Amino acid sequence: MPNFDLTALAHMDELKTQTPFDTEHVYKELKTCHERELSDNKIVPTLQDAIRLCGLKDGMTISFHHHFRNGDFVVNKVMAVIAQMGIKALVLAPSSLIDIHKPLIDHIRNGVVRRIETSGLRGELAEEISHGLMEVPVVFRSHGGRAAVIETGELPIDIAFIGAPSCDPLGNANGYSRDNDKGIVCGAMGYAKLDAQHARKVVILTDNIVPFPNVPFGIPESDVDYIVEVDAIGDPNGIMSGATRYTTNPKELMIAQKVAEVIEATDFFRNGFSLQMGSGGASLATVRFMKEKMLKKKIKASFALGGITGQIVQLHEEGLIKKILDVQSFDLEAARSLKDNRFHQQISASYYASPNSKGSAVNQLDFVVLSALELDVDFNVNVLTGSDGVIRGAIGGHCDTAAGASVAIITCPLTRGRIPTIVDRVNTIVTPGKTIDIVVTDQGIAVNPIRSDLMKMMERAGIDLCTIEELRDKARRIVGQGTPIAYTDRVVGVVTYRDGSVIDLIYQVKDDQETED
Amino acid sequence: MFVPGNNPGMIKDAYIYNCDCIMFDLEDSVSYTEKDAARSLVFHALTTIDYGDKELVVRVNALDSSIGIDDLEAMVRARIDVIRLPKTETAQDIIFCEEQIERIEISIGMPVGTTKMMAAIESAQGVLNAPAIAKASKRLIGIALGAEDYVTDLKTNRSPEGIELLFARSMILQAARSAGISALDTVFSDVNDEEGLIAEAKHIKQLGFDGKSVINPRQIQPIIDIFTPTLKEIQKAKAVMEAIAEANRRGSGVISLNGKMIDRPIVLRAERVISLAKAAKIIS
Repeated sequence: MPNFDLTALAHMDELKTQTPFDTEHVYKELKTCHERELSDNKIVPTLQDAIRLCGLKDGMTISFHHHFRNGDFVVNKVMAVIAQMGIKALVLAPSSLIDIHKPLIDHIRNGVVRRIETSGLRGELAEEISHGLMEVPVVFRSHGGRAAVIETGELPIDIAFIGAPSCDPLGNANGYSRDNDKGIVCGAMGYAKLDAQHARKVVILTDNIVPFPNVPFGIPESDVDYIVEVDAIGDPNGIMSGATRYTTNPKELMIAQKVAEVIEATDFFRNGFSLQMGSGGASLATVRFMKEKMLKKKIKASFALGGITGQIVQLHEEGLIKKILDVQSFDLEAARSLKDNRFHQQISASYYASPNSKGSAVNQLDFVVLSALELDVDFNVNVLTGSDGVIRGAIGGHCDTAAGASVAIITCPLTRGRIPTIVDRVNTIVTPGKTIDIVVTDQGIAVNPIRSDLMKMMERAGIDLCTIEELRDKARRIVGQGTPIAYTDRVVGVVTYRDGSVIDLIYQVKDDQETED
Repeated sequence: MFVPGNNPGMIKDAYIYNCDCIMFDLEDSVSYTEKDAARSLVFHALTTIDYGDKELVVRVNALDSSIGIDDLEAMVRARIDVIRLPKTETAQDIIFCEEQIERIEISIGMPVGTTKMMAAIESAQGVLNAPAIAKASKRLIGIALGAEDYVTDLKTNRSPEGIELLFARSMILQAARSAGISALDTVFSDVNDEEGLIAEAKHIKQLGFDGKSVINPRQIQPIIDIFTPTLKEIQKAKAVMEAIAEANRRGSGVISLNGKMIDRPIVLRAERVISLAKAAKIIS
């Protein structure tokens, strides 16, 4: 039968005149499913083959995920092969980059990498970039902001290289396996899920080929083009710790207790509330103190979102948190729960935080507890650059969750060593103050004046408040005022807000800083 | 709460915790080579940082060396509230310390008697001399047990039940009470054993101690919880005080509450409960 343009259907008389259906092009598979698994699978012999088959060319955009954190071997492995193949001027768009990725410095110098888009940078790579390594500034995006530009095609991914702790021969991949874990697990693969959905070509790198079908899968075979079996995709020690432990730091414990008291004092703390907690010491301890208050008030949370820790899992298994939405598992306990618990659901970065998708879970949050490197008197938060102006952090889901949650709480010590945390103006604005509601420090609690409702709730509960200016002054009294950082006029980083607009610029720091004696 | 005198991170914001008293240590937690640096650090902290309404104490080094005397010189000048003398063996130790403090106070034109004293008793001899030590100076506001050195002196070690400390604790308590000053208990060294801390704090509260030293901020709240009067105790104490007020209004010499006669010890205990509750900011 000839092909019709079905969008402009012909008149019925035309259709009537056509010949009957021709079965010439209909194909039927006769092999057993086992035979097919062996012969028709997507496994290619080498990484080089996969790259060639994907058609990687100069100037294209490639992506990676950071679910293996500082144990990741995939970025360095793939980039070494690409460099060897002589491909240049690539755009690197990973979900984040960490200390272990310092070999990228050479790839940038040698012209293999021209541009980077990421949530964060750390270690030597970050240091070099802050000192002007790249010709083109790095674009920083939040997890939600990155999801949005990938979805709209503003940041088109040509090839996504995805390290997966398990994958079957047809490409069903996951951060663990119910068949046969080989030691390396990362739990949820939310950032990779998004890339797999939208990249033009998808290559899975795995050290653990499991029988078809690898159920449940985080990434379905329908999204995958090629699979490469490699010796190792990551170092389990760098990927995850057994369980993130409760802090014994008295200051963090004190902050955590105050956060729990603040949460308890709000009207949002009622049966069915929702929460997201970070993985820092104070956030983890907050979970413990909140548990006491939930038991006392006889209430349960409807769900916990985000990077998930063993502490959240514990409350889930005790029945205090009904469901978990997990974009990234922070420890082995969280990964174990994702594997074992029915109501622990893996979600993609888009589902988690995209401002552009049809539904984003951050918009259902009551509470989020976040950290900060710096916070200023307008409540703007910096989680990206240090007090020396050097990049040393990641946006993550900071501005996404702050915007989505009814109550966004920042926890931080008033000073870190000789560095004040509450300042006049943050070095780099990552999350706008308008979306930050409460700041809890070891030396006082301040509520954003635009949240008069929260102020009333705090007063009602007898919680002492101070103004953000009082906190700034207190910090200044303790550590004094530092010499401003000297920058050149060259931009090394462009910080975007979750809607894609530019919220701040990061300048190259001068090599010779004046120091205060 | 003990704060090592050579730890700027802990010194700079020790006031954020809810202990009643901060005790900067220049003695055992500071190694010999760091004595001068620690003294200077604590001096500058005391003269720079606002510690609010905390009572500030410095544990100086023993006064048989120039280090201890230098400590006194610096700390009295820094206008410390209380000097804690370690390893007090005899009343003479207190008298000598008082003389030194007085000399320094006079030399800088400070009213004599401004600087208070506290004595730590850490040996068998000190325990046997406790009654004399407790009465040796008007500056003394309390005596405390230092258990680690004391058990070593006894040729034993500390047990969870603390039976080896019972005699010393009792001696120190009697000595303090007969002199009208505070009795303070030794530290609980295992910061991760909260149950053990709570058991020991209950024990020394029952003996009659006024409080306990801590070495970590995490130990503060459990002790406060034990020493803070319960709501029931406060209500009972208030009822006693009201019954007294009522009897006074009626000009009656006999006071009774719910059919029971209230005598002087009951009144004193009620007053103590009320003052503790006020200190804990439960009642105003």
